[in-house]
Formats: sequence, C-alpha cells, structure tokens
Amino acid sequence: MAKQAAIEKEGTIIEALSNAMFRVELDNGHVIIAHISGKMRMHYIRILPGDRVRVEMSPYDLTKGRISFRYK
Amino acid sequence: MIRLKTEEEIEILRENALLVSKTLAQVGRHIVPGITTLELNKIAETYIRDNGAEPAFLGYGGFPFTLCISVNDVIVHGFASEYRLSEGDIISVDCGTFYKGYYGDSAYTFPVGNITDENKKLLKVTKESLYLGIERAVTGNRIGDISYAVQQHVEKNGFSVVREMVGHGIGKKLHESPEVPNYGSRGQGKLIQNGMVICIEPIVNAGSRAVHLHDDGWTLSTADKKNSAHFELMVAIVNGKQKVLSTFEYIENNNI
Repeated sequence: MAKQAAIEKEGTIIEALSNAMFRVELDNGHVIIAHISGKMRMHYIRILPGDRVRVEMSPYDLTKGRISFRYK
Repeated sequence: MIRLKTEEEIEILRENALLVSKTLAQVGRHIVPGITTLELNKIAETYIRDNGAEPAFLGYGGFPFTLCISVNDVIVHGFASEYRLSEGDIISVDCGTFYKGYYGDSAYTFPVGNITDENKKLLKVTKESLYLGIERAVTGNRIGDISYAVQQHVEKNGFSVVREMVGHGIGKKLHESPEVPNYGSRGQGKLIQNGMVICIEPIVNAGSRAVHLHDDGWTLSTADKKNSAHFELMVAIVNGKQKVLSTFEYIENNNI
C-alpha cells in the first residue's frame, strides 16, 4: 500500500506569532499555523507578514505545517 | 527514524514477502473478464488466513478491504466492488500481510485479456522502472538515486510519475521511515545502509500526473481519466547489495 507523501503547498503569511510561528493562509483558503524550518532559522531567513512561502504539511494534521521556503 | 533490521528479521520479512507474492499469483489466476473485484478480494483474504497470516490492509487506517484493487484510471487504494472486469481493463492489485509480528507488501498490475498497445507499454515501462530503481538500491547510494532512476525512465517514455504517493520502509509497521519517492534527484535523501528494508513502488500515469481523491477518502484516480499502473516489490539491503524479498515469478511463470 502506497504511503501518503507529505503535502507541499504555497501560501501567504498573515500574522507573525511568538516562537518563530506564523499564521499562513494557503492558496486554497485554509488558514494554518506553521513554524519555520530549523535550517531557515540557522540562516536567519526573515519572514514578514505578506511574504509568499512554501509549506510542508502532513496529511494527518491539516492544521499545522512547516515553512520550508520563502519566495522573494 | 530508520530502524535497521537484523538477519532474522529480514528472514521473517521474506516469509511475508513470499506469502504476498503467492497471494498475488492466486488472485492473478482468477483475473478473467466477468469476475467481480469483491470476489478477488475474498480469494485473497481466504488464502492469507489459510496460511496463518492476517491481511495487513484490512482496517489499516480504516481501509475496509484485504486488497487495494485499482482498475484502469484508479491509481491506488481502490475499493473492491461489484464491478465486473471486462476485456481490455488493467487492474492493479496491492496486497499486504501481517505474520509473526512483521508486514509484507507488494503490488502487481494485471492485464485483463487482450489490452491495447498503449496499455502494454504503460505496464512494461512501469515494471522496467521498478527494476531500474532496485538496481540503484546499494549501499553508498542515496534514496534519491533510486527516485531519479525511476523518474528518468518513466518520463523518457512520455508517462508521468504520481507524487502524492510514495514508497516506504517496512518492518514492524506497514509504513516506516524512510520515504521512497518516485521522483527526485541523484545524491539527495537518506543514505542507503545495510539492514534497510524498503518498498519501491513506481506509480505511473499514462497522461498527466494530476490526481483526484474520491469522497471515500481513499480511492485516488487520475484527473484526466487516463490509465495508471503500479508495481511494488520489497527490497532488503544485505552486505551492501540489494536482495529482492518478494517476487513476481509466481505470477509470471504461473507456478505456485
């Protein structure tokens, strides 16, 4: 039986929360909470409300995600 | 976390793998135009239980059948139903067992009677890409090398790779780490080590790679209604080399 892959989606930051978490509105309209990936923290990639980001999600919890890329 | 398996564990996984291969061959012998997919599901369940094992998919995450039966434009995780197979269909049968605390998992796409040349090519390319992927499963390579080999062969032949579903590690759980996608680039992903047991499963669409998930939450079909094929084998890495645990020999040579 094939395994469900992690889902990658794109969205826009709508609010910065504490602890490097953000509220992200996905292109399909869903609003999720996402944290930024450790690698992005290491390289001080700053994220502001309004930025376009790529988010990884697990099919098991569709309310949380992980920001893996910030588009410029 | 990737759990590496000992030799004894790989032996049990091999027993599982062979049972799955035999089950697929049993089902394959009954694939003729006119049989319903529910009947095939019943044959598999009886055969698995007769051999002292449990069907692994039944109840896994709420899946209601022993087999995933995916006919024509259904990609994977199709339900068994009253649908009667007709000449020219292609039917992917995915089967899993649970025996002695470990899992087995393999899949094969069968032609029903005579099929069109395009379908023949789809099945051939998908199976070839699986073997090309297995060739790369040696220590020193990375998972991405397998993915790359599969993707290149498929796309060279004008088909497309489904990205929503991936291969996986297998052991005491049906789905373990690492994920084995069918698309990727060389040198990426986890390092392949001795003791890994993975399921490599190219899932190939004849048309576009876009998918459509049905309302039942399981059945995945192609968005453009073109056909899709799926082959899966269990592979262990022993002494730096790949050892294919399951086999299509029972199916293809019709000996059991």
